[in-house]
Amino acid sequence: MKTFNYHSTKDVKEATKLASSSSAFLAGGMTTLPSMKLGLASYKDIIDIKRIKKLSGIKVSGKTVTIGATTKHAEVAHSKEVKKAIPSLAALAEGIGDPQVRNRGTIGGSIANNDPSADYPSACIALNATIHTNNRKVSADKFFTGMFETSLKKGELIEAVEFQVPEKSCYKKYPNPASRYAIVGVYVAKHKSAVNVAVTGAKSCVYNDQNISGALSKSFSSSALDNVKISSSGMNSDVHASADYRANMVKIFAKKAVEAC
Amino acid sequence: MKKVNLEVNGKKVSKEVADHTVLSVFLREVLNLTGTHVGCDTSQCGACVVHVDGKSIKSCTALAADLDGSKVTTIEGLVKNGKMHPMQEAFKKEHGLQCGFCTPGMVMSAIDLLNHKKNPSDKEIRDWLEGNICRCTGYQNIVAAVKEAATKM
Ligand SMILES: Cc1cc2nc3c(=O)[nH]c(=O)nc-3n(C[C@H](O)[C@H](O)[C@H](O)COP(=O)(O)OP(=O)(O)OC[C@H]3O[C@@H](n4cnc5c(N)ncnc54)[C@H](O)[C@@H]3O)c2cc1C
Ligand code: FES
Ligand code: FES
Repeated sequence: MKTFNYHSTKDVKEATKLASSSSAFLAGGMTTLPSMKLGLASYKDIIDIKRIKKLSGIKVSGKTVTIGATTKHAEVAHSKEVKKAIPSLAALAEGIGDPQVRNRGTIGGSIANNDPSADYPSACIALNATIHTNNRKVSADKFFTGMFETSLKKGELIEAVEFQVPEKSCYKKYPNPASRYAIVGVYVAKHKSAVNVAVTGAKSCVYNDQNISGALSKSFSSSALDNVKISSSGMNSDVHASADYRANMVKIFAKKAVEAC
Repeated sequence: MKKVNLEVNGKKVSKEVADHTVLSVFLREVLNLTGTHVGCDTSQCGACVVHVDGKSIKSCTALAADLDGSKVTTIEGLVKNGKMHPMQEAFKKEHGLQCGFCTPGMVMSAIDLLNHKKNPSDKEIRDWLEGNICRCTGYQNIVAAVKEAATKM
């Protein structure tokens, strides 16, 4: 790994002031450190944000669950409050990687990275999340813009993610047996006004499947999906699964999620 | 360079290291604690698992400077008064190792599991050890060892 200057920061102002075109924020480091070791990325300055108190913690009000950016996956998985308000969100966190990844990896790092097969982006879309940064609030549907791309500007810091509590919801994924990243993952959430069906792992970026959500809005049952056709166009095709296979999995996992809601 | 203060296996250490030094390198190359193994070096295999402030983490993927002020326990810190830890005894008794490369990480990870859950099922043990890869044993005896240790811890 190429060397860099490590900065431990105490507040958001200090962290964002240090940010430049050759810096990266460091949260869990589960992506940043391996990619620097593999030579996929290099930075002059690494700005550690884990000691910024304001960025960590979970707040639950009647209608929303707000999770601080540096809150670890294990904390979300074990939170009694999250389990009560949105059980599917705690279950999603429990299904990420392995215990040691969950002890370090954070929600902010996961969504900033926007890996096409990461789990949290699907929760953001399904649960109508609002992403709070140091200078604005962005809705999830405007946040994830492409493969490993988000609408974050250079030096913009995620402070928290605010999820809307749905009437009912469930996340089901077909995990890569080695890493547990989603080969396909489907997060179904029934809100008062609409049903969201967020799909991860299938395409280059998480998306809300309008065909499935349309069918579920009319009738919230797995049989409502029997005649829905999922096109494989634009789906990923790799050693793990072909595009056609993924298209089929999207439907199967959407059904599983609805049945478990 | 950064000054890093840690408590490693009960002893306070204070060393000046390059900013990009990860904990596995700090332990192995600065403190000569080579019981912590490095397999993949990219957080996939779990050979490097140690405890930091009571939780298991992959030491190849944490900067030493980032952990300043923490308490670290490595495989070397498990022996008490010359006696192996019950988890180490159980791995020996149940033949939970062959070449031994993955073993320090397996043992540290499994102890963290039993700290959370007294009598885990086979499935819970296998799920927990998701991040620890063994290329020799086929895992059967590792699961047996963790079950055996659960009766002693
Ligand atoms: C073996 C392994 C298995 C995994 N399995 C899964 C899985 O099954 N599912 C899954 O979803 N993920 C998985 N992950 C990813 C992991 O869960 C982390 O979420 C992910 O690596 C990024 O989080 P982090 O906190 O470690 O971020 P870091 O590595 O610290 O940062 C990642 C990127 O986000 C930026 N960043 C971090 N925090 C912020 C912030 N607050 N504001 C703005 N930018 C920020 C950083 O600058 C960097 O560019 C796995 C990782 C590993 C190593
Ligand atoms: S060496 Fe750290 S996980 Fe493989
Ligand atoms: S005993 Fe050889 S890798 Fe596990």
